[in-house]
Amino acid sequence: MLHNLSIGELAERLSSRQISSVELTRHYLARIERFGAALNALISVTAESALADAAAADLRLARGERRPLLGIPLIHKDIFCTDGVKTSCGSRMLDNFIAPYDATVVTRLKEAGVVMLGKANMDEFAMGSSNETSYYGPVKNPWDTRKVPGGSSGGSAAAAAARLAPLTTGTDTGGSIRQPAALTGITGIKPTYGRVSRYGMIAFASSLDQAGVFARSAADAAPALQAMAGFDPRDSTSVDVPVPDYSAALKKPLTGLKVGILREFFEGLEARNAALIHDALKVFKDLGAQTQEVSLPHLPASVPTYYVVAPAECSSNLSRFDGVRYGYRCENPKDLLDLYKRSRGEGFGAEVKRRIMTGTYVLSAGYFDAYYLKAQKVRRLITDDFRAAFAQVDLLIGPTTPTPAFDIGAKIDDPVTMYLNDIYTIGANLAGLPGMSLPCGFIDGLPMGLQLMGPHFSEERLLSAAHGYQSATDWHTRAPKGYE
Amino acid sequence: MSLNRQDVEKIAHLARLSITVEELPVYVNSLSSIVSFVDELSRIQTGDVEPMAHPLEGQHQRLRADAVSESDNHDKYQTNAPSVAAGLYVVPRVIE
Repeated sequence: MLHNLSIGELAERLSSRQISSVELTRHYLARIERFGAALNALISVTAESALADAAAADLRLARGERRPLLGIPLIHKDIFCTDGVKTSCGSRMLDNFIAPYDATVVTRLKEAGVVMLGKANMDEFAMGSSNETSYYGPVKNPWDTRKVPGGSSGGSAAAAAARLAPLTTGTDTGGSIRQPAALTGITGIKPTYGRVSRYGMIAFASSLDQAGVFARSAADAAPALQAMAGFDPRDSTSVDVPVPDYSAALKKPLTGLKVGILREFFEGLEARNAALIHDALKVFKDLGAQTQEVSLPHLPASVPTYYVVAPAECSSNLSRFDGVRYGYRCENPKDLLDLYKRSRGEGFGAEVKRRIMTGTYVLSAGYFDAYYLKAQKVRRLITDDFRAAFAQVDLLIGPTTPTPAFDIGAKIDDPVTMYLNDIYTIGANLAGLPGMSLPCGFIDGLPMGLQLMGPHFSEERLLSAAHGYQSATDWHTRAPKGYE
Repeated sequence: MSLNRQDVEKIAHLARLSITVEELPVYVNSLSSIVSFVDELSRIQTGDVEPMAHPLEGQHQRLRADAVSESDNHDKYQTNAPSVAAGLYVVPRVIE
């Protein structure tokens, strides 16, 4: 079936004119029609413009133009501004917002020739680890629809896992690409902070946010990251470092690669989860890698550090939603203060309000030093631990999540328990490091993820390690029942 | 550390958020548990460690030439506004 072909295979068929982009787009739109509503994976479907874009791609293909993503369908997380298309960020606040411009990620992927099928559901303003905080309702996990898909990019992950698109975009502030990739059995990459432009990506925590991609393999993710990455003068934290050829890097052998096993990740790790990671390490050894244990003593402090830094930045970023220039406005405000308070109180959901208030509290007079400044100091200690580890090893390996996907409703009323879900992923965001999650086996019939982390700008190394692992294993080829 | 109703009301006011009577006790509980959780940070020795605000230090704020780089999209941008008149954003009367 078309939806099980790799990006390379699809590109081959498109360029040899065995299929057209319009046919491929119709195939995926039909799958969205069939499965999308039950999974609640999409907020908007842009069928009409998708078919027009596909027809345009077909013309370019007919003229002999050859690009790895030309004519390939894709779904964007609804956090990326898309000119003329509703961009809700999963919030009532932006339910009526039609973005007036494209995010750089959207522009670059358009230039690469992708066809946007629609916009994916997500936790409200990317705040959540289960996709239950969305104004549009929870996304269901295609492996078991009673379970969450993870979050915040839960719609993107569920859509990729259910083969509703070969590629979906996501953002990762504390694990929002890697955690849902793990819980839905697909491949997700969060690049180095600054590698992909944040312009037009609705801000949550500006020193942590980074855009990335979901695919069914590292080989499929490589051309998408290639198109997205690179310097953008419109993002003041975009880094002007040349983008290497990620697809070429895939083939690099793993001989001599030094893989670090993170001691802190295995403390208290459930035995079946640990066994999967040890099986994966065996695969890396067979491929010629060496393993050694490393310790990041401050890593256990990453969750409380994050839940000071991220809410602080969120409270500042989300102050732009004032009911005046765009977004939700309350009915009959009696004065300006009432307009602000009720527009925000009614427009934001419970978790977003909780984080805005947490952030307001840690930044308020009398608490700034004890919380915000303290967290920034611990952030440096954690970052220094990573730097010391990467002086000894090339990559770090561990689990992506403590458990497989949990039941919808199980953790939503207990924020601290929900936050602890991100215990293995947050460190990379605090230090700005690239990370990936790859399918590595199952617990109770639900997929589990293996996490790779590398030093800044080591995306090539992560992709080649992931591709090596996926060439020797077939976990990434498994599809949830009913979606094969 | 736990927060009381007055603390949460004050925070909500600073954050310009209306909180309903029903929501208030829920936030008192959850914000208290979050604050106790992040209080763990106080146990970590940080001494004179320099606070870290940004993951890619050594990057300098770029400057650009002071030249027009954006076209005027005033009308397009205001199509998203809840209320406009004569190209201006309309809010409740501030000065009587």
